[in-house]
Amino acid sequence: MATVETRNIRKSFGSVQAVNGVDLSTKEGEFLVLLGSSGCGKTTLLRMIAGLEKPTSGEVLIAGEVVNEMPPRARKIAMVFQSYALYPHMTVFKNIAFPLKAQRMGTEAIRQKVEWAAGLFGIELLLHRKPRQLSGGERQRVALARAVVREPAVFLLDEPLSNLDAKLRASARDELQQFQRRIGTTTIYVTHDQVEAMGLGDRIAVMQHGKVRQIGTPMEVYDEPADTFVAAFLGSPPMNLMEGKDCLVGFRPEHFLPKEAFPMTEAAPVPFRVTRLEYLGADRLLYGVLERPFPEQKVIARLPSTVSIPIQPGERYEFVVQEKDLRFFDRDAGHRTEARPLVAQFA
Amino acid sequence: MKLVQGTAPVKVASRRVTFAHLRDREEWLGPLMIAPAILYIVLVVGFPFFLAIYYSFSDITLGSRSLGFVGLKNFAAVFGNTNFRTALWNTFVFAVGSQLLVLVLANMLALALLKDFRGKWFFRLLILLPWVAPISLGTIGWLWILDSTYSVINWTLQALRIIGPKARLIWLGVPYLAMGSIITVHVWRLLPLATVIILAGLSSIPRDIHDAAQVDGASFWRHYFQITMPLLLPVAMVALLFGVVFAFTDMTVIYVLTRGGPYDTTQVLASLAFFTGVVGGDTAEGAAISLYLFPLLLAVAIAFLRIARRSEVT
Repeated sequence: MATVETRNIRKSFGSVQAVNGVDLSTKEGEFLVLLGSSGCGKTTLLRMIAGLEKPTSGEVLIAGEVVNEMPPRARKIAMVFQSYALYPHMTVFKNIAFPLKAQRMGTEAIRQKVEWAAGLFGIELLLHRKPRQLSGGERQRVALARAVVREPAVFLLDEPLSNLDAKLRASARDELQQFQRRIGTTTIYVTHDQVEAMGLGDRIAVMQHGKVRQIGTPMEVYDEPADTFVAAFLGSPPMNLMEGKDCLVGFRPEHFLPKEAFPMTEAAPVPFRVTRLEYLGADRLLYGVLERPFPEQKVIARLPSTVSIPIQPGERYEFVVQEKDLRFFDRDAGHRTEARPLVAQFA
Repeated sequence: MKLVQGTAPVKVASRRVTFAHLRDREEWLGPLMIAPAILYIVLVVGFPFFLAIYYSFSDITLGSRSLGFVGLKNFAAVFGNTNFRTALWNTFVFAVGSQLLVLVLANMLALALLKDFRGKWFFRLLILLPWVAPISLGTIGWLWILDSTYSVINWTLQALRIIGPKARLIWLGVPYLAMGSIITVHVWRLLPLATVIILAGLSSIPRDIHDAAQVDGASFWRHYFQITMPLLLPVAMVALLFGVVFAFTDMTVIYVLTRGGPYDTTQVLASLAFFTGVVGGDTAEGAAISLYLFPLLLAVAIAFLRIARRSEVT
């Protein structure tokens, strides 16, 4: 087992800065998720850690050792690719055995190891098949088995679930996490799917334009976003942001509820005119605009099905956000600022 | 459907065959498009081929007006001839030697051209040149390079003091040197096509596969022989098939450089057929010579295409 660290790492392709000064450091056995939209540099960062891409500047450390000049095979890492990258001309057995053969392991030892890795993922019966004869889920297991088989110090996973259908993805997510907990290998996982990130990660690094905007536990990045980007990126629908006098005020749609839902609250009521309602089964999404004294601005409310107060589109209601659920951001830079009274912002 | 039947205007419209109409009907458009190719093959390849078969069983000569059936006499006569057996052996040496070299060199070139480097387009252009230039023109250039008196190779070897100042290698006049020379020129000529084919094959292998092999710890040779080469096999087989058929049937290089000499040591079946049938006037025997390798080539082509198909992976 080992930790991974990057120090002020940069990568540019021509004039494009793909990764722009990232400092990361994993803990021993941690499941760290790199989360960001496509083109944010998360995959490039992962490839630099793997050694498939050379950093323009900065350092990559694995187990405390600078590995910049080491080829991928010397870094004791294993990687699972989005496409799985199985060798199409080899059987499953040979695919899994390939990393061991490269280490010049003996035939009998290879056979035992391959059977052990195949057993971990329940693919013992597929060992004689070729990748083209496998389903998407089976291929993904083979790719994982090939990564596990030589017991690497670090796992690097590049969107390994994105080629699976939704149902399979949920169960694969569950298996992946259980498996990682069991073997306890430090894992870096790249995804653009926030549900995956929140569900899997011990910590999440939210990336944008080649920079890490925030790194923290799922709870931290969701509840205490470091800036407006993180606030708007996480959550579906994202955090509502209102322009106040000297700052931006943010609140989550699920914290914006009818006044009746908080019988004891002393928070000031917010007049909310509902324009559209989406019934999603477990929730109701209310789209609408705020009214005076608040700026006339579009916001979204999310009512769990447990809040059964009837709502009609076109009507005006009094909604409430509790003070503890308000987040304040700098208007220009977007970073978090200290809490202040809501009323003063819109007086 | 009942509604449409019996309504007159619809019927009239469907009978009018315009070009616009034809465009939408694949059962007509397909044959129409492929017709020129079929016509070309039938007239320029098929007709001479069957004519050659017909001639090879006859006693036709360039000057004769009669044409009698003689059975397998021509084939038997040809096989009894030492010139023919020499040419048969030479053909194999020429084809196998040149194709081995082409495969190895084309792989090396393609691997080099796959990488990004400055001025890559210039090297690509240079490598393609022998293929683009007319073969007879290029070969005449080689005739000068390999000339017994003015050879630049000899001059270079002398300047580097590899051979003595008075020594001279007669490239086209000494049996082994002559075979080496025609193989070299043939390789020079076929290399561009093979390189381009193999380059296309290499670029069709997904990058992830190479990355995975790198992460899995494969060394350069293991990576090449266990990952790249098997995935390249279907495409490489096509390149090889082209090359083999070309080496067995084409005689331009030999005709320009050596005319089969010295003492028939570079005579191959294609050139022997030409000298016997066209220059020598014995059309029937020339046809028999040129058809000798047809069954073999057919078998080779079928075998290669089968291997290529079996090794296709996706």
